[in-house]
Amino acid sequence: MTKQEALFEFLLRKADDSLILGHRLSEWCGHGPILEEDIALTNISLDLIGQATELYKYAAEVEGKGRTEDDLAFLRIEREYKNVLLVEQLNGDFGKTIVRQFFFDHFEHLLYEGLMNSTDERISAIATKTIKEIKYHLRHSSEWVIRLGDGTEESHNRVQASVTDLSRFINELFFQDEVDEILINEGIIPDVKTFRVAFENNMNKILEEATLSLPEEKWQLSGGRKGVHSEHLGYLLAELQYMQRTYPGMEW
Amino acid sequence: MKSEDIWAMLEDVTDPEVPVLTVVDLGVVRDVIHVNDNHWKIIITPTYTGCPAMQVIEEDIKSRLEKDKLTAEVELVLSPAWTTDWLSENGRKKLEEYGITPPQDEGDKSVLFGEKPVIPCPLCKSKDTRLVSQFGSTACKALYQCNDCQEPFDYFKCLK
Repeated sequence: MTKQEALFEFLLRKADDSLILGHRLSEWCGHGPILEEDIALTNISLDLIGQATELYKYAAEVEGKGRTEDDLAFLRIEREYKNVLLVEQLNGDFGKTIVRQFFFDHFEHLLYEGLMNSTDERISAIATKTIKEIKYHLRHSSEWVIRLGDGTEESHNRVQASVTDLSRFINELFFQDEVDEILINEGIIPDVKTFRVAFENNMNKILEEATLSLPEEKWQLSGGRKGVHSEHLGYLLAELQYMQRTYPGMEW
Repeated sequence: MKSEDIWAMLEDVTDPEVPVLTVVDLGVVRDVIHVNDNHWKIIITPTYTGCPAMQVIEEDIKSRLEKDKLTAEVELVLSPAWTTDWLSENGRKKLEEYGITPPQDEGDKSVLFGEKPVIPCPLCKSKDTRLVSQFGSTACKALYQCNDCQEPFDYFKCLK
């Protein structure tokens, strides 16, 4: 694998994470539990889709085969999507959406802090821009985890069930293979292993405040980074890609 | 035509979501470069990566220059990343008069249990206000309410 191939693959993985989660959050539009949260979730969705656009643009340039960011977002098949399984999971109730976001934001915060120091100027520029938005997301999901976990018996039980359920997808956030190895050696991306402990400490501090806890041990699922997804992604893509598939090349 | 003239023209282009501010007040226009003859290049930067106003701003800049028989190409750059520090003094004043509290120094947003910033009410100037939602009507604003005059108001979030 060349450095260029590794870079393309990495950009696709991160762009897919942002696009798929952004799309999931957009499903809350008009369905939020309160108006403010309807707006908050769709604002976060907008940030994520904006981040995905920047990453796809760069990925398309790195690939150099004449594809555009829209081709990458709308015209690949399910197996070619490289997002982690966490982001494609169904929204569930509001608490589940928040827990999914909470795990994701904590990881992204540390990852993008590392990417700010990337030797690749474009990645460093995207990360420097993105980290400012992630900090807002992180604060939002963390505050809600506390409010729901330390709220009523009903909200506590529901959100604890989501923490337990979604914890199956945490390990995959730290997935590494040849792609990462090449890019770490080039100083383009940080080694995620170096912040695993910080990730867990940061989360546990908030979970403790929320009277919640991660399960001791949980069977871990993975596959997304290799294009092997849960059944939910196909349905999501059917909706996401519908217009481009039905009216190829259409523009707004 | 000098670059100062182009900057002056851009003072006519307002932000579609906060129409009281021009793109120059906002600090979105980073540079104005003469390419050749009547052709200019305008460098802009987004406030937020997903900000849907950027495309409108690009079109508005082009049509403003067309009025003076000029053509423009607009380039979007991400680095250096936009910060609310680039909002002009004039822009801050206009925001407050419009009923939106301009960005205040907030400290680090990732610190969850840090001190809460004081966000004054743009109407009665009271400092006794509360955060309703970190995310307001647009990506760049948060929603607050004044505990004294009870008025809900927008706050232009600090982004550093």
